[in-house]
Amino acid sequence: MSAKSKKTEWLLTLPSFAWLLLFFAIPALIVLAFTFHGHTANGGVGEWSLSTWRELVDPDYPTIVWKTIRISFEVTAWCIVLALPCAYAIARMRKRWRALVAGAIMLPFWTSFVVRVFAWKTMLHPDGWLQTCYHAYLHFKFWLFAWVPGMHVPAASSGSAGGCLIGIAGCAIDPAATTILDSEIAVVLVSVYSFLPFAIMPIYSAAEKFDFSLMEAARDLGAKNLYAFRKIFIPGVWQGIVSAVLMVFIPAIGSYVIPQMLGGTDCVLIGNKIFMRAMQNRNIPHASALATLMAVSVLVPIGLAMWWRKRQNARDRKRLEVRTTRLMTAGGMA
Amino acid sequence: MKRSLFPMAVLSAVMVFLYVPILLVVAYGFIPNGISMSFFDASGHFTGFSGKWYSMIFSNDMRLGALMQSFWLSLTVAGLATLFSCIIGTTSALALHKWRSRLQTVHHALVYMPLIMPDILIGISLLMLFVACSVDCGFWTILIAHVTFCVSYVVMTVLARLQDFDDRLVEAAYDLGAGQWYTFFHVQLPILMPGIVAGGLLAFTLSIDDVVITSFVNGAGTNTFPTYVSSMTKHSRNLPAVFALSTLMLLFTCAMAGLSKFIARGHQQKQKG
Repeated sequence: MSAKSKKTEWLLTLPSFAWLLLFFAIPALIVLAFTFHGHTANGGVGEWSLSTWRELVDPDYPTIVWKTIRISFEVTAWCIVLALPCAYAIARMRKRWRALVAGAIMLPFWTSFVVRVFAWKTMLHPDGWLQTCYHAYLHFKFWLFAWVPGMHVPAASSGSAGGCLIGIAGCAIDPAATTILDSEIAVVLVSVYSFLPFAIMPIYSAAEKFDFSLMEAARDLGAKNLYAFRKIFIPGVWQGIVSAVLMVFIPAIGSYVIPQMLGGTDCVLIGNKIFMRAMQNRNIPHASALATLMAVSVLVPIGLAMWWRKRQNARDRKRLEVRTTRLMTAGGMA
Repeated sequence: MKRSLFPMAVLSAVMVFLYVPILLVVAYGFIPNGISMSFFDASGHFTGFSGKWYSMIFSNDMRLGALMQSFWLSLTVAGLATLFSCIIGTTSALALHKWRSRLQTVHHALVYMPLIMPDILIGISLLMLFVACSVDCGFWTILIAHVTFCVSYVVMTVLARLQDFDDRLVEAAYDLGAGQWYTFFHVQLPILMPGIVAGGLLAFTLSIDDVVITSFVNGAGTNTFPTYVSSMTKHSRNLPAVFALSTLMLLFTCAMAGLSKFIARGHQQKQKG
């Protein structure tokens, strides 16, 4: 029986194991191996050497890696800040409504991702209404903060003086220097748009299990709304927040389509650089090295989250043990 | 103390934020002028809505040849990738659920890793594999890549279903004289079916939507719908057709979701009654 069971286990495991070994694990090792090769002029992979890692100090790469990480943090922060009140609001609804609204949040995913990004591209066109709103906002901001010394004004360059708008306070804003499309703002905005549902869902499913009478209790004891939200709700859905952070941060680090279509030359991230090196310049060792860096910047937060969860679990178990012992000794004494 | 209205306000704003682009996708499908991508002509007059892109799609117009070809390729790849990943994923989930050996620990790690890696890393590593083996990229490399990233999602969905599975049912079938295969096809598989279907649907949506991995392994000239769209520029005159096609897809998926809900409700009522 045991031998037969072993055979069945192997038979069932084999298809997926072999497939993922061949098309996931081995390719990853190949990537790692390629980073220790030089590149040849005709786009091939050269001899074993450390030249690729040495070339990574190139002033270009660290800036790009840093920019990718910074933008991913920004996107994650925006997503969490928006997702928390949303999840809270959905979880407080009546049961019928909850399923409906949660479904409505996921519905946009039934249209193609690229098409949605394209819709944004059309919306953000320099002649479009969003750009007009943004200009109005900038004018207002400069009018409001005109008295602040050293306030950064993207002023008109001499070449495009004819096209600049005159602000309320008389300061000129160069339309060419303040377009949303082909800038970092567009990338952050559309990334938040794309990843927000991934942040709402885990927090919402944690909030659904959250006992809202705790909030009432806190309020009865005199806590203000915001204080109760911060001190009771957020710790209550902490696990959901951690999942949400990972769900947003990982795709944000690996982001390629959004900066490609909306970032222009202003916002080139690791993903774009990998694609450029692999497909356009045919510098495969460099692409591999960048991919390795990306893998590291994804694995570090995951490792941290797992370590943190483990520690938390251990602490909970310990607390439980202490309480049980206390109870038991108390019982023994009585 | 009164409950704050603030969370509700944020939720409403977020809903608007999420839905405006979708509504625009639908609206852009009715733009008459594909070059200006605007409902207004040069002198600022409203040009009205036009259904010509829909009629072009339905009449198999030559001008949309490349777009429609990429669309059918996407459907083919997604269909095949779903089929293969469902088969591989189900066997994998069965193994992971039943045994707790060292092999399964490694197996689980192998299945789990693609879920946490960004798409682009799967794409680049597969490209490296194909470069190292000097394979020409095309339909088959796309299919391999899609099965690779879909399998893990199917495994996780089926595994979740297996957790609720009562193993005593299998033993009961054995006791009643059923063979291994008979038990699998007549007891386990029907119970697992909703999990497999859910996993398959997920695989299908992921596959039909994927642009990052495909753009690494598609080779020259083989385009799926997403890679074709991402290679279009804003002024590629047939752009409204893309939006029209997406609207049709959206309608189709909504109809399917509605239908499945309807069937599920009918099923429930039948069970109750």
